[in-house]
Amino acid sequence: MGQIPSMAEENMTPSQSITLRIAKYNPEHDSAKKFMDFTITYERWTTVLEAILEVKKHFDHSIAVRYSCRQATCGSCGMIINGKPRLACFTKISELNSNVITVEPMNNFPIIRDLAVKFERLFDTHHKVKPYLIHDDTEITSDTKEFLQSPEELEQYIQFSNCIKCGLCNSACPTMATDSSFVGPQALAQAYRYVADSRDKGKDQRLKIIDDSHGIWRCHFAGSCSQVCPKGVDPAMGIQLLRGYMLGFRS
Amino acid sequence: MTNQDEHKEGIGGMINPRRYGIERVAYLLMRLSGLGLLAYFIGHIYETSSILKGEIGWNEFLEITQTTEGHAILAIVIAMCVFHTVNGIRVMLGHGGVGVGKPARPDYPYIPASQNIRHKMGIYSAIILAAIAMLYGLAVMFGE
Repeated sequence: MGQIPSMAEENMTPSQSITLRIAKYNPEHDSAKKFMDFTITYERWTTVLEAILEVKKHFDHSIAVRYSCRQATCGSCGMIINGKPRLACFTKISELNSNVITVEPMNNFPIIRDLAVKFERLFDTHHKVKPYLIHDDTEITSDTKEFLQSPEELEQYIQFSNCIKCGLCNSACPTMATDSSFVGPQALAQAYRYVADSRDKGKDQRLKIIDDSHGIWRCHFAGSCSQVCPKGVDPAMGIQLLRGYMLGFRS
Repeated sequence: MTNQDEHKEGIGGMINPRRYGIERVAYLLMRLSGLGLLAYFIGHIYETSSILKGEIGWNEFLEITQTTEGHAILAIVIAMCVFHTVNGIRVMLGHGGVGVGKPARPDYPYIPASQNIRHKMGIYSAIILAAIAMLYGLAVMFGE
């Protein structure tokens, strides 16, 4: 009589192996990017970040990679995985359906080394759009302990406040691919996040900042930013709604 | 800082239509059709300026458009014109925030509301209408 396998046994699949191709590049020494191949075993739940760390631990400790939380919260481990910008900690090898996983540094960001890129420009443009509440009554007195807001008002911007500044949207953006001065989808989405906040009074200031030849008008609604966002921010929506304010479609 | 230092994808990355679905295909077609229509516009001005050479000069130039190659180019111009118009209306509405969805608390797997079926239908409609217009143009020009 055959035994019925338990759920735990059903989930036990033998380890499989893949080739992990890691881009190696040091701008101080190398003239071009090189790839190093490593064969590693993985389980159904193994993430690309875990695979990279496995390689770093056992094969090549010199691989430069930035990571921290391992749970898609810190936004540190953005990279190009099989041609698309993704978070390495949020991408399982099993869901890529490929025997070869290629990891490269994010496009449109200067490379520090290997998979680690510089975030200065992203933080500069983020800061440029004034990512904080602008309000005359910022001092909290005993009478006004908080700025009240209805759930409907919260819904207007809560989606955009999920941004973890991982830079995947800027890496996927076709305008960022050619225009070094473009403010980028991350900063524009954050401009909308504060413009749409009922507590904020800085709408005119922010619209003036992004009303620039390298500002919001350089977005052509390709939508790639929204497709790669790991937190569901949908920057393309925020940018179009923001432009709706500027074109007079919205008040 | 050079392009390589900044690690920019460049024009090759900008026009690559393979990674991000039909929206990026529409993005590429919009640029190609825009540049094509600009080239046609310049050619058209040059063509119509031949009237300054008198009736014979005008007729000689007009004969170029009556060749097989001329008909093929005009058919492509028709397709570019229709695609650019229909997709342009979709993009303009999107730029005004029309049809891009409403902000809402996102749920996993985070399907972006701005990349919705209405916009995809708009893109497919633009491609299909351009193809129909081009075929109609070919039928009229080669059916003589």
